[in-house]
Amino acid sequence: MTEALPAPPTKRGRTRQVAPERASRRGVWTVVLVSALVLAVMLSIALGAEPLSPGEIWHGLWHASGSEGDVIVRSLRLPRTVTAVVAGLALGAAGALMQGHTRNPIADPVVLGISAGAGMGVVASIFLVGVTGLYGYVWFGFLGAALAGAGVYAVGALTRGGATPVTLALAGASAHALFTALTAGMVLFDRQALETYRFWTVGSVSGQPLELTVRALPFIVVGLVVAALNTPGLNALSLGEDVARSLGVRVGLNRALGMTAVTLLTGTAVAVCGPIGFVGLVGTHIARYLSGPDYRWITAQAALIGAVLMVAADTLGRLVARPGELQVGIVLALIGAPVFIQLVRRRGAVRI
Amino acid sequence: MTDTTPTRSASAAPEEARPSVRLRAQGLTLAYGDRAVVHELDLDVPDRTVTVIIGPNGCGKSTLLRAFGRLMKPAAGSVLLDGQPVHRIPTRKVAERVGLLPQSPMAPEGLSVADLVARGRHPHQTWYRRWSSDDEAAVAEALRATGMVELAGRTLDELSGGQRQRAWIAMALAQQTELLLLDEPTNHLDLAHQVEVLDLVRDLHLTMGRTVVMVLHDLSLAARYADRLVAMRQGRVVAQGTPSQVLTEELVEEVFGLRARVRVDEETGAPLVIPLSRHTGLVEGPRDDRM
Repeated sequence: MTEALPAPPTKRGRTRQVAPERASRRGVWTVVLVSALVLAVMLSIALGAEPLSPGEIWHGLWHASGSEGDVIVRSLRLPRTVTAVVAGLALGAAGALMQGHTRNPIADPVVLGISAGAGMGVVASIFLVGVTGLYGYVWFGFLGAALAGAGVYAVGALTRGGATPVTLALAGASAHALFTALTAGMVLFDRQALETYRFWTVGSVSGQPLELTVRALPFIVVGLVVAALNTPGLNALSLGEDVARSLGVRVGLNRALGMTAVTLLTGTAVAVCGPIGFVGLVGTHIARYLSGPDYRWITAQAALIGAVLMVAADTLGRLVARPGELQVGIVLALIGAPVFIQLVRRRGAVRI
Repeated sequence: MTDTTPTRSASAAPEEARPSVRLRAQGLTLAYGDRAVVHELDLDVPDRTVTVIIGPNGCGKSTLLRAFGRLMKPAAGSVLLDGQPVHRIPTRKVAERVGLLPQSPMAPEGLSVADLVARGRHPHQTWYRRWSSDDEAAVAEALRATGMVELAGRTLDELSGGQRQRAWIAMALAQQTELLLLDEPTNHLDLAHQVEVLDLVRDLHLTMGRTVVMVLHDLSLAARYADRLVAMRQGRVVAQGTPSQVLTEELVEEVFGLRARVRVDEETGAPLVIPLSRHTGLVEGPRDDRM
């Protein structure tokens, strides 16, 4: 509350509810992001150990007849691209909600314990139940994530004063520690679990059949819808709980709704692809730089940015280590971290 | 402002349709955990008045305001909004009638004035109906009433303290509630900005017929801007009435434990409180000699 800035001469006297230049900027950036996603998807299908021409891609997508190019498009590139898009949308939107509800600029699935919960679910399904197939442990991973999400919310909500940003963040950190310890314990005793966990924990979109992603899709769609419904309330909550309440927001219900969306989105994405951090974190910060502090826009754009990042990182991972490849989680961390640090250094941290 | 139901549209409501007492505390006890802060308090807030609550730190005045705004459940007794127990009314219905501004509200970085004020429309929006011409009109009107039209495109961080407070009040105005609860709206403001904000509150009351309850610390300003003054101490109402009835030297001593002179302000006719400090007597002596 510093005082008495002399009012600079005003340039305009508009009564629009949104500063017009910002409103049009939001629209422009959304168009840019959608275009970037389309471009990234096309590159992802075209590039790899065996580059394909646009003609071959077109043929593979619409008139597949079993040629080598068709097989590459249909059974290799398309599935991983779709998975990357879906997981990216989910992680991006969830990151925005997590940062909003915890008022914490470093909130991501790792901080709220959801990745650790999914990890424990995967390992437990192998260690305790003897699940072997991919389809089996993905559901257990989702169950673990849901358990972590619900647990973190319950601990926060049962604390005196209710689920506040601080209780959510603290409960999340505790859940992370607990689930990581349990996972480590089980992995020590079970070589099979260790092998699976070792690959799962890197974070990858390759190797999953398209069918798995398709089965996971309803969860993500429901999660995205709930997230969209949650954003107006989140805008009110960002003015503080008292103001939100006096604006008619039912705070407990709103937080529960937010945690449901976060759990559905990250739980599904993490179960399928492994604990990919960073996408939600970076996506949300970039969206906030682009469009200001409105969670309706932040969430939508963070989802788009998340998808672009996932597809781009996966494509890059295929190019840098040909004929082998780097997993998407590794690429994201290797390139994302320095870029993000630079971004924060130049723009400064944002108070949310 | 096409809505004509008396509870929602402040200016269009016919006089006789509005209850004479808008908010009533009845045997109200408020507690944080086991610690009671307000004890069996009775208080009426009459329609179309500016009620100012004064009292020392920790006397329960902000807590009372929160209970009026349904932010706190009574440990005993009740708060009645237009005769109905406020805790039986859904959050959103309360939000259509009562607006509350907490003491130091916080906003995310980069939020523009217009965006902030637009968020005041939240109770009037639903998931299927987002932004209407009513909303647009209410925001424009709130910006105009607070003199923030020129600054609508600025972010809150760029504003002075007084402008920022006006922006928050504009948000509460856009909510279009007949009742406004303001917790120390002049907190952290210099004197000129305090007067600016309180003049604005007075305008809302005079021209828009809003009923205002606010907590203030400055006794002389409280006396000047209040229709009714309520003095609280240790969770109880010690005195209430017009400023001249309430603000006496005895009351200031009793409520604040402060010796003070109360004079009549020649400009406004309101009581003016001049605190006496330990040093006052010493300073007064030599001064008198010189004159």
